[in-house]
Amino acid sequence: MTTDGALATYCLRLGDDALVMSHRLGEWVTYAPQIEEDVALANIGLDLLGQARALLTRSGELAAGDGTGAGTPATEDDLAYWRDERAFTNVHLVEQPRGDFADVMVRLLWFAAYQHALYAALTDHPDPVLGGVAAKAVKEVAYHLDHATQWVLRLGDGTAESHRRAQAAVAAVAPYVDELFTDDDLVTGLADSGLAVLPSSLRAGVETLVTAVLRQATLDPVTPTWHARGGRAGVHSESMGPMLAVMQHLARSHPGASW
Amino acid sequence: MVSVATATLDDVREAVADVPDPELPFVTLGDLGIVRDVQWHGDAVLVTLTPTYSGCPATEVIARHVVEAVAGLGLAAEVRTVLAPAWTTDWITERGLKALRDNGIAPPHQGLVAVTLGRHVPSCPRCGSGGTEEVSRFGASACTALWRCRSCGEPFDHVRPL
Repeated sequence: MTTDGALATYCLRLGDDALVMSHRLGEWVTYAPQIEEDVALANIGLDLLGQARALLTRSGELAAGDGTGAGTPATEDDLAYWRDERAFTNVHLVEQPRGDFADVMVRLLWFAAYQHALYAALTDHPDPVLGGVAAKAVKEVAYHLDHATQWVLRLGDGTAESHRRAQAAVAAVAPYVDELFTDDDLVTGLADSGLAVLPSSLRAGVETLVTAVLRQATLDPVTPTWHARGGRAGVHSESMGPMLAVMQHLARSHPGASW
Repeated sequence: MVSVATATLDDVREAVADVPDPELPFVTLGDLGIVRDVQWHGDAVLVTLTPTYSGCPATEVIARHVVEAVAGLGLAAEVRTVLAPAWTTDWITERGLKALRDNGIAPPHQGLVAVTLGRHVPSCPRCGSGGTEEVSRFGASACTALWRCRSCGEPFDHVRPL
């Protein structure tokens, strides 16, 4: 695979993480415990959708230039709505079903901490689009991270019931964390040329940050007994298919529709 | 009124800068500091904009309004969006900050925002009191949070520093 082809896949991975997380956050609208959180989760999802649009568009351009795509670049819509499950490269963490409010906040804490470290390291990326997305998104994600932190503190150090649920959420998300920080040949190859950040290089900083928040929230970090993997290669968990069926339904039922 | 035949790049810049923001119509694109460049592109004009937030839903409406404004000068326009350098609320002009305040929206404070998000407390845009509190960290649009004044009791939007 050429460098552009590898970079196209790298952009696709980051874009798919943002896209799928955005969709799951959007599912919270009308379900959050208060209307302000409907708005907050939708707004965070909107930021992620903006990142996904730029990253998927760039991925399509790079793939076309590389000759691995169809002559004309695949658009953001082609990639979001017309790929099947096995072609999605997001990690399992972002595709997990909604769960309860503690689940989404603990998941968001991990994901925002990961994205913040990742984008901070990609700000000077030689690809102008990827570097531009990272420089912009790092500021947005800092706000997401702060929001999740505030809620995890409140839930963990709140009532007995909120503590119980937050602790259960910490355990539920634990198996999905490792995949965020797993290297493979593609990122290793790109990282050798300074074109990607090794996921493993982000682990220590993110774990330290999240662990500090959990401790302050009187929650105990949980060591998982198994690790999800395979998302980057298109192997997903059971909930991915039904999620895509909803996300892609409109575009596939009314091809070419616009407003 | 500028005649079609004599529209210059400065005329185009002015027309683009005067386009109102669709969500905060009392501030213009010029006030917000999101117009990055205006240049000739053959017989047409290439306008480069930068979004406030990556997912700002107003971006496409803004692009359409820019095309319409330039069409008013008898020219075709193409709008391109760039993300770098990333927009910051520091680019909102003095006039823009005043227009926000005059319309009941607390403007962002200026200067670098600490990554730790050290809390800045905006003063009430209606009564000027510094005794305000955050009601919701996210507001009616992608760039605002909802606050309330403890002195006059009024809720208000606050443009989040970015």
